[in-house]
Amino acid sequence: MKKIEAFIRHESLEAIHDRLAQMGLPSMSVTEVKGSGRQKGFTESYRGAKTVIFLRPKVKLEMVVDDADVDRAVDCILELAHTGEPGDGKIFILPVEESIRVRTGERGDVVLAPHEEAPA
Amino acid sequence: MRLRPFRLVPILAALMLLAIPAIAAAQDDTTAIAAAIDSMWFVIAAVLVLFMQAGFAMLETGLSRMKNAASVMAKIFINLSIALVMFWAVGFALAFGDGNGFVGASGWFLPSDNVAADFPGYAESLVPIQSQFLFQVAFVAVSLAIVFGSMLDRTKFVAYIGFGVLYAGLIYPIVAHWTWGGGWLADRGFLDFAGSSIVHLQGALAALAGTLILGPRIGKFRDGKAVPIPGHSIPLALLGVIILMIGWAGFNGGSGLAAIGINFGDVIMNTYLAAAAGIIGATIASVFLFKTIDVSQMGNGAIAGLVAITAPSAFVDAWAALIIGVVAGLILPPIVIALERIRVDDPIGALPAHGVAGIWGTLAIGFFAVADKAGVDGILYGGSAEQLWVQFYGVAATVGFTLTASAAVFLAIKYTVGLRASEEQELQGLDISEHGMFGYPERFIDVPGATPEELPAGHAPAPSGAATTTKPVTAS
Repeated sequence: MKKIEAFIRHESLEAIHDRLAQMGLPSMSVTEVKGSGRQKGFTESYRGAKTVIFLRPKVKLEMVVDDADVDRAVDCILELAHTGEPGDGKIFILPVEESIRVRTGERGDVVLAPHEEAPA
Repeated sequence: MRLRPFRLVPILAALMLLAIPAIAAAQDDTTAIAAAIDSMWFVIAAVLVLFMQAGFAMLETGLSRMKNAASVMAKIFINLSIALVMFWAVGFALAFGDGNGFVGASGWFLPSDNVAADFPGYAESLVPIQSQFLFQVAFVAVSLAIVFGSMLDRTKFVAYIGFGVLYAGLIYPIVAHWTWGGGWLADRGFLDFAGSSIVHLQGALAALAGTLILGPRIGKFRDGKAVPIPGHSIPLALLGVIILMIGWAGFNGGSGLAAIGINFGDVIMNTYLAAAAGIIGATIASVFLFKTIDVSQMGNGAIAGLVAITAPSAFVDAWAALIIGVVAGLILPPIVIALERIRVDDPIGALPAHGVAGIWGTLAIGFFAVADKAGVDGILYGGSAEQLWVQFYGVAATVGFTLTASAAVFLAIKYTVGLRASEEQELQGLDISEHGMFGYPERFIDVPGATPEELPAGHAPAPSGAATTTKPVTAS
């Protein structure tokens, strides 16, 4: 069990979600975050006074997947979040102790098995 | 006892009533009074039409995204200022000056020393030429606001300036001259009372050319399907529509170009009947087409009804105004869908509300005109189809000229200074990328002053999320 934490551009999120859902991995959490990195900040100018905004908005995508699914999920994010410019983001992979489904109380890999997206 | 200011109002009114006969007796000239009353109504109507800029500002910013809210305001301001300056310098002379059937050519740089020679159409009018200009320039600004509404969220600011100069200074005045300046369409009996085709259709045609050359906003069409890009404030957008509705009292009511001898109340009643019918029509169509009561379509329905009644408002009866309005409202939602089918991205719905409704309203004169008011009977009153034919080729000429001229200007801008903002600017939003500031800064950055900079002793620390993330570079 691994947790994937990807910091990506807003505009890449929808394509990544669609592709992961097709792959049977629609379960994820997404948060709006602000961060700094290689991509420079930007200058805000208000009535002649300038301020450097060094934090840029990004999207944090978190998902916990089975070990067998880590590579294909990461490949998907790498392909679709890539523009080649600074600011594409980073991906982190963390170990996870346990997964429990609240509805049934099930534990372990069964919770992370690839599945269809529930119909809207 | 304190005398409250409003108690003075009846007293002042009484004094003014006493003063009017005194002036008349002194000058022994009722013409002066008539001129004053006409001029008064002119300026009131002009200010009502100028107020429509506030309506467009709210409508357009409400239907744009938060990241572009300030850029829409900048656009409204530059377009109003360009319209004022260009129309004062050359536009008014081209539209209303003495010339040939195609364009006028006298009375540059107002005011004019010899109004009767420079502007033969105004020789009989009691209203000073400056007031005539104020009224007319407000219409130019409305037309220009429509153009840029469809181009929101993706247009370079410099393109607004380039197009605005040529539109307010050349394209609009030429078409206005054909009808209102005594040009070739006026000679053939073409009727457009307040500008369904001259103001609204023209604006929509330029908007169509602009949006086609620009292309849709990023993310608007995916896999051949239209994706909704919701505006950030429906309340602001609908406030804008209500301001436009109020402004229309001056737009149509003032277009009789006088207060005396003209029943402008009849015109204004027709105007609002059509607006009401437009809202009802768009609501009904929205329920049947979308299975929901779309609020933005209701607002567009009001505008469609108003645009449609603009040309015929002085020429038709009340029942006809209702029909003209309801048809404009009913056809609006299907046209919105049809435009998205052919991948035209029109964020504020200007093309159906100002373009299609403008064509419908202009043609409607051919069906609903009453001889008492228009001088000619429409088909439904037993008239011939002649008027409908004149209305049709008037519209066709406007479409042909304005679409071609606008497309030429937009293409010229595209291949010189550039028409469309870069992809990065568009994604970031035009507020920060073109203007360096946000319309809603707190949405995007942490603004200093949200938390105390130095905590008083013993005070609990601020929540961790509220840390200051900006640092001043230069102090103002």
